[in-house]
Amino acid sequence: MKQVFKKPRLIKPNTFHYCPGCGHSIIHRLIAEILEELDLAEIAICVPPAGCAVLAYNYLDIDMGEAAHGRAAAVATGLKRALPDKFVITYQGDGDIAAIGTAESIHAANRGEQVSTIFVNNAVYGMTGGQMAPTTLLGQNTTTTPGGRVASIHGNPLDLSEMMAIAKGSVYIERTAVNNAKNIIKTKKAITKAFKVQIDGLGFSMVEILSPCPTNWKMSPIDACKWVDEYMTKIFPLKVIKDLTDTGKKDAD
Amino acid sequence: MKGSIKIDREQCKGCGLCTAACPKKIIVFSDKLNKKGYYPASCDGQEAKEGNTAECTGCALCAIVCPDIAIEVYRE
Repeated sequence: MKQVFKKPRLIKPNTFHYCPGCGHSIIHRLIAEILEELDLAEIAICVPPAGCAVLAYNYLDIDMGEAAHGRAAAVATGLKRALPDKFVITYQGDGDIAAIGTAESIHAANRGEQVSTIFVNNAVYGMTGGQMAPTTLLGQNTTTTPGGRVASIHGNPLDLSEMMAIAKGSVYIERTAVNNAKNIIKTKKAITKAFKVQIDGLGFSMVEILSPCPTNWKMSPIDACKWVDEYMTKIFPLKVIKDLTDTGKKDAD
Repeated sequence: MKGSIKIDREQCKGCGLCTAACPKKIIVFSDKLNKKGYYPASCDGQEAKEGNTAECTGCALCAIVCPDIAIEVYRE
């Protein structure tokens, strides 16, 4: 029998520290597979977030450069400008990119920095124990919004990807999910496209990935995947938000 | 048998996503704990009391959804 699926070469043999059913490790695997397929492993530098994925260097066998909370886009900008031959990606959670790091991220997109961002949206602050994040849905229970998020008190969920799409320098923004096999395959295609934007030097690219967080949502992993479909995708619809890959070069000139 | 899977029972955290993703429903939970204290998924014909492991088509849907990359898939 022929082996048709195995652990990618760029994933280290460590056991993931993520909770059962977490989407992070699926996204790690997709990144490892794509970097291998596009032959970028030797030149890739990843800037992980403060959050659950801060230990991504334990799992991804590529160069890493840690950033202060939310400042991954700023660090990635410096890396890419100093080392333009390298392939720079940032990997950020919703608390990281949509709260403390909004300014850095929006301006990196606006300047059209040649970096690719993976934005993992699980609607809570995961590592710190499930507090409300900017992306928490209205009515969603978190440890800081017992009884549910209320718009008049806590504000509305932040559509960060739509904001990034308004920025002039962004070229490709898509929102996907990793809650079932079909969406995982679509996510892989989206990340591949985002990486190719950087290879072609078109500008800033980002993929927002809706990811289940069963522990902080207080659900079983299977229910968490269903919750993504039933509630999260209503507020954060899965779609290509901006795609200038065909016209991007002309716009830049 | 068209396909088969191998589950690393020490890497598995028993989230059950593969049991839901399997179109033939032949992946079940083991009744023995692994070293981490989880009941891992199993499809090896001995622990799998329900389901028929010979029905595996090697579609790899279980491996695609597995968050711990604990599943290897083989196909003829």
